[in-house]
Amino acid sequence: MNVIFPLLYLVAAVMFIQGIRRLSKVRTAKSGNTLSAAAMAIAIAVTMVIVSDGAAWPFILGGMIVGSAIGLIAAQRVEMTEMPEMVALFNGFGGGASALVSLSLFFSMFLAHETGDYSFFVTERLANGHFAPISSASSAVSAILGLVIGAITLTGSLIAFMKLNGTISGNMFAFKGRNAINGILLIGPVLLGLVMCFMAMDPNLVLILVLVITAVSLVVGVTATLPIGGADMPVVISLLNSLSGVAASMAGFAVQNPLLIVAGSLVGASGLILTQIMCKAMNRTLAGVLFKNFGSTSGGRDGYTNVKESSAEEVAMLLEDASRVVFVPGYGLAVAQAQHTTRELASLLEANGTEVAYAIHPVAGRMPGHMNVLLAEADVPYEQLVEMDAINPEFKQTDVTIVLGANDVINPAALDEKDSPIYGMPILNVHESRTVVVIKRSLSPGFAGIPNKLFDFDNTVMVFGDAKKVLTAMVSEFKENA
Amino acid sequence: MDFIAIQQAMDAFRPLSVGLFVFALAIFLGYELITKVPPTLHTPLMSGANAISGITIVGALYCANSEFELLAKILGAFAIAFAMINVVGGFVVTRRMLSMFGGKK
Repeated sequence: MNVIFPLLYLVAAVMFIQGIRRLSKVRTAKSGNTLSAAAMAIAIAVTMVIVSDGAAWPFILGGMIVGSAIGLIAAQRVEMTEMPEMVALFNGFGGGASALVSLSLFFSMFLAHETGDYSFFVTERLANGHFAPISSASSAVSAILGLVIGAITLTGSLIAFMKLNGTISGNMFAFKGRNAINGILLIGPVLLGLVMCFMAMDPNLVLILVLVITAVSLVVGVTATLPIGGADMPVVISLLNSLSGVAASMAGFAVQNPLLIVAGSLVGASGLILTQIMCKAMNRTLAGVLFKNFGSTSGGRDGYTNVKESSAEEVAMLLEDASRVVFVPGYGLAVAQAQHTTRELASLLEANGTEVAYAIHPVAGRMPGHMNVLLAEADVPYEQLVEMDAINPEFKQTDVTIVLGANDVINPAALDEKDSPIYGMPILNVHESRTVVVIKRSLSPGFAGIPNKLFDFDNTVMVFGDAKKVLTAMVSEFKENA
Repeated sequence: MDFIAIQQAMDAFRPLSVGLFVFALAIFLGYELITKVPPTLHTPLMSGANAISGITIVGALYCANSEFELLAKILGAFAIAFAMINVVGGFVVTRRMLSMFGGKK
């Protein structure tokens, strides 16, 4: 039997890899997800058989039932517009689970050794030797790292979650020197913890140190995430996603299970790549996102000289004669839940012989691919979703571009104003189309905190209001005129 | 150090070195796999990856051992619950999203 378990773990690892591979095409993605889920089922089943001898079943079953129920209910109730919050929260649970595994391993170990010095090198096995969770210095080091990374992921994700659902706002806690304080807070105890792994120490001292490391990591997760602004959330979520994987990997080192190491590092790599893509799309470095304050909070109506307001009726008339229309969705679309109304208007336009496309900026919304999911929910054919590089040359041939709650990603200041904070960021060149219709609640600035040059352009008109209401008005106007 | 002592020292670190090999190779594999995922699927990729990071359930199951101290078992139970939220929630929500993409034409 002992030969079979590692082989089944290997099967699960291969299925995870195949599952992720299948996620690279829309056609095969669903089966890929099923394959990964099956791999997880195998991993859990095998592990339950392995631990069955001497397992604390009430604890195992209790945890599984409660966790599954919460996960199932949350996953079925969540709105597609709330996906970023949801993913942020799940990241946190993943990191939290890994941190708890590490903590539990430490407690199981040294609480059993009430007396005498204790070293991870010379430790005897527990009772009858079934499990020696932290059996070596390397396991202990991994457990410490898993604890730190997992705890930071947990509280960092909770803060990200609260920022995304609006419980707490913008750039808080952004005082000078916070990076140094975070650094010192974290490095001190962690170094001590790592040293601890190689020395014989009094168990009580180990206990205290582990608790201090836990507390500090939880605090640093909060203080490191609080100052990061809303527009940088795609980067933060991707990074936390990566960290939750790395934490799982570290737990894998601690319990010496290669499946955890493989699956965890796959997730770690995935999150890291997305982080990279998001940073590139904002022309920022990861260090810049994490450690520097961005933009200002000033703004409002200041600085605009040539703003022209239009109405839903006027835009509807404009649309009737357009031969090509491009929609540019942004976070505002998600907030207003306007994806279905957008699709309705697009269908009417298509019926009228107009060519319709959607321009997707890589950082539109609050997480990678956010807009794609929303529009997919509204049954927009994904061939109509065009990425930035592909659609930018086509704006010149576009009659009307409708901007739905996007701001910084269409600000031409990024192209030519060298002192602008967003200078150099790749944008959608909507200003090149014949007419730009910006649907927006007010002239307030985006997350960069700077005025949008586009609003002053001669070919730009503004329609103020909630995206869904404005679009609904346009739809009914359009129907009346047709 | 005589030969046997060196052998013993290496044996002690074998699990670690094998683990590091696996870790490094899996990172490269992950990089190759994920660069092929188109931006359209980045949100499902992320929530799917999220579900996979719930693999830490395997470690959590080790923790709920009857020989362990009560506190360790309780922490283990919480770890299992957290990981299961991740696993079940992650796969279900990814499935929901993906059926919006391909399913209806």
